[in-house]
Amino acid sequence: MENKNASRREFLTAGMLAAGVATGCSSKKNPFDGYSDSSIKASGETVKLLSVDGEIIEMDKAFLKPVPDLPISNSEARKGIDGKKFVMVIDLSRCKNVGACKSACNHAHQLNPGQNWIKVLPMQDAEHTAPYWEPTTCMHCDEPPCVKVCPVDATFKRQDGIVLIDSDRCIGCRFCMAACPYSTRVFNWQEPILEKEIAAQPYSCETSMPQKMGTVSKCDFCPDMARKGELPHCVSACPNGVFAFGDMNEDSVTNGTETFRFSELIKSKAGYRLMEDLGTKPRVYYLPPANRNFPYESGLENVDTEDKKYQLK
Amino acid sequence: MENTTALINEQITKDLLPQKFGKRGMIWTGALIVIALIGAFAYYRQLRYGLVVTSMRDYVSWGIYISNFVFFVAISLVGSLITAVFRLANVHWSTPLTRIAEIIAVSAIVFASLIIIVDMGRPERFVNLFMYGRIQSPIVWDVIVISTYFVISLLLLYLPLLPDLKILIARESKDAKGLQKMYRFLGSFWKGLAIQEKINNKAVTILCITIIPVAFCIHTVTSWLFATTYRPGWDSTNFGAYFISGAFLVGAGGVVVAMYVFRKVYKLEKYINEMHFDKMGKIVVMLALLYLYFNVNEYLVPAFKMKKPEEAHLTQLFAGEFAPLFWFAICVGMLIPIAILLFKKGRKPVPMFVAGIMIVIGAWFKRYLIVTPTLLHPFLPMYNVPESYHHYFPSWEEWAIAIGSLAGALLVITFFARIFPIIPIHETIIEQHETAE
Repeated sequence: MENKNASRREFLTAGMLAAGVATGCSSKKNPFDGYSDSSIKASGETVKLLSVDGEIIEMDKAFLKPVPDLPISNSEARKGIDGKKFVMVIDLSRCKNVGACKSACNHAHQLNPGQNWIKVLPMQDAEHTAPYWEPTTCMHCDEPPCVKVCPVDATFKRQDGIVLIDSDRCIGCRFCMAACPYSTRVFNWQEPILEKEIAAQPYSCETSMPQKMGTVSKCDFCPDMARKGELPHCVSACPNGVFAFGDMNEDSVTNGTETFRFSELIKSKAGYRLMEDLGTKPRVYYLPPANRNFPYESGLENVDTEDKKYQLK
Repeated sequence: MENTTALINEQITKDLLPQKFGKRGMIWTGALIVIALIGAFAYYRQLRYGLVVTSMRDYVSWGIYISNFVFFVAISLVGSLITAVFRLANVHWSTPLTRIAEIIAVSAIVFASLIIIVDMGRPERFVNLFMYGRIQSPIVWDVIVISTYFVISLLLLYLPLLPDLKILIARESKDAKGLQKMYRFLGSFWKGLAIQEKINNKAVTILCITIIPVAFCIHTVTSWLFATTYRPGWDSTNFGAYFISGAFLVGAGGVVVAMYVFRKVYKLEKYINEMHFDKMGKIVVMLALLYLYFNVNEYLVPAFKMKKPEEAHLTQLFAGEFAPLFWFAICVGMLIPIAILLFKKGRKPVPMFVAGIMIVIGAWFKRYLIVTPTLLHPFLPMYNVPESYHHYFPSWEEWAIAIGSLAGALLVITFFARIFPIIPIHETIIEQHETAE
């Protein structure tokens, strides 16, 4: 079994490489720089590969080079990662408004000052109930109101559950912002300030970069990281393990140090979703702020100056 | 007898022909052009620097551009009311008002489309609506019905104009050459043959029947841009009817203002007389009561329950930050005009003019109150955003563009009245004969 799997993986890798080779051959300018390097000498050992056209071709092994990041095409990015159903669990009992999630996210996506895809909100449900900190991301709803109203299919729902934005298509009408009950969407009111090499890249729905003026952005669940088998930036940045991310099909979520069975966790800790009554069916679950690791007040020291005026009274 | 008829016809034609701008006309037109140009300059700045020149931010993501858009769509509905509803109901006294109503409708719907493009973050991608349009989105419905309404309104303006174009062409010598060329281009095929008259009448009747459902659609769909979301103040099943009743009111108010101004400037007292004002006054008061009824439903029913998400929104309107504007819009836009127009003395030209202006101004601010306060009361607290995101007051660019668009619409109406007879000559002559017989 082990062996069979391994050989299957090998075959797939070879197929990927062949695809790379085939694209490399068809275009005049070679996209893989190492390839044009004449210093590589044929080793004499050949390998059979399946080309994209379905032909078997033979290559010298020395010319094979792993392609680390095959760019994901727009149609691929719209489909999603096969067999996955991404889900997030946010444990409110662990949050003390450190804000590491926010800054990691802002840094990774080059968000401009004032823009936050993750917000950590001070919440109090009723007059005499205890306040708590509530991080919010995009809820990646299964019935997304934003996707329903988009006139040009610029924001879309993928089969792996993620809701993304195509900033090359967005017309900037902001209907999705009005439709989203979680106020999760952020608009680029001006030309975003970006590092030069990032600004020069073509836009990718999966990295949501580079941001474009006059278009909407939001938390994307970092599908580019998921493709690499890594966790979203907020999850790995949180020192208190507030965020757990995973796949519902595998029924497991992890915050990087601990791994939970998703169904068990939601059951034992009485997980819930925000604004269930609206019927949006979010993919982000919350665990109630019970038996807290930190008192609410300990988070007050991390409040930004701009937010000071809007504390709970 | 023959002779007197010809004399009367000649007199009517002379009275109703388009007139050159006088000194006041020049000042009026010049002022409008300047205001529109300032708006165009503000839009240039917005194109250059992005929507950051507005005061809109992530929470108030729709501001006075959108409320101005709703206002334009609303006022354009009057074309269908005066032209179609009255015509189909065989009401004859409204004949002199049809063209006024129709040009208001056409120019308003044009500027509604323009202002919605102004609101877009990427106006150059407008074509995406046709390349990637999703029929499930209310915006696409709006694009479809607004363009349909525009075409029908334009035809309803043009077809009844054909007999008048013949009259204008016949008076060749007295007009400037450019205008004559235009009249000929638009209407030289019209010979006034019986068969042409018949086809034209039939076409207008068909258009009048089609425009009513389309008019209901444009404003219902516009209300759905809000009502299809969850937000307090917008989440209402009442919204379509509420918007349509308000639209008929502001449109009728607009026609009253235009009636008064044209009558005064072009000395049309013989053609738009006190009877017209009295009848329009009765219609306006009925529409104002209807709109008031929907307002009671829209605000008092949720206020009775005071659901938590609605509470902040409603208290801000009734007694908070927006209260002065809210009560201004209710009083000036509805209550005071009702009080004026319920009485026969109030339905004279001057008080009617005042009431009309009040209705239009009240309606503009009412649209603002429908759009913006809701956005300042989201479900989750406004937090982790710059201080400026918590408030909204339009920037000078937004004011300039909004006011510029209003000036532009008035400019279209002004030029139209300069070029074409604002009161249908041919129809007035025919009605003159019918009443004489």
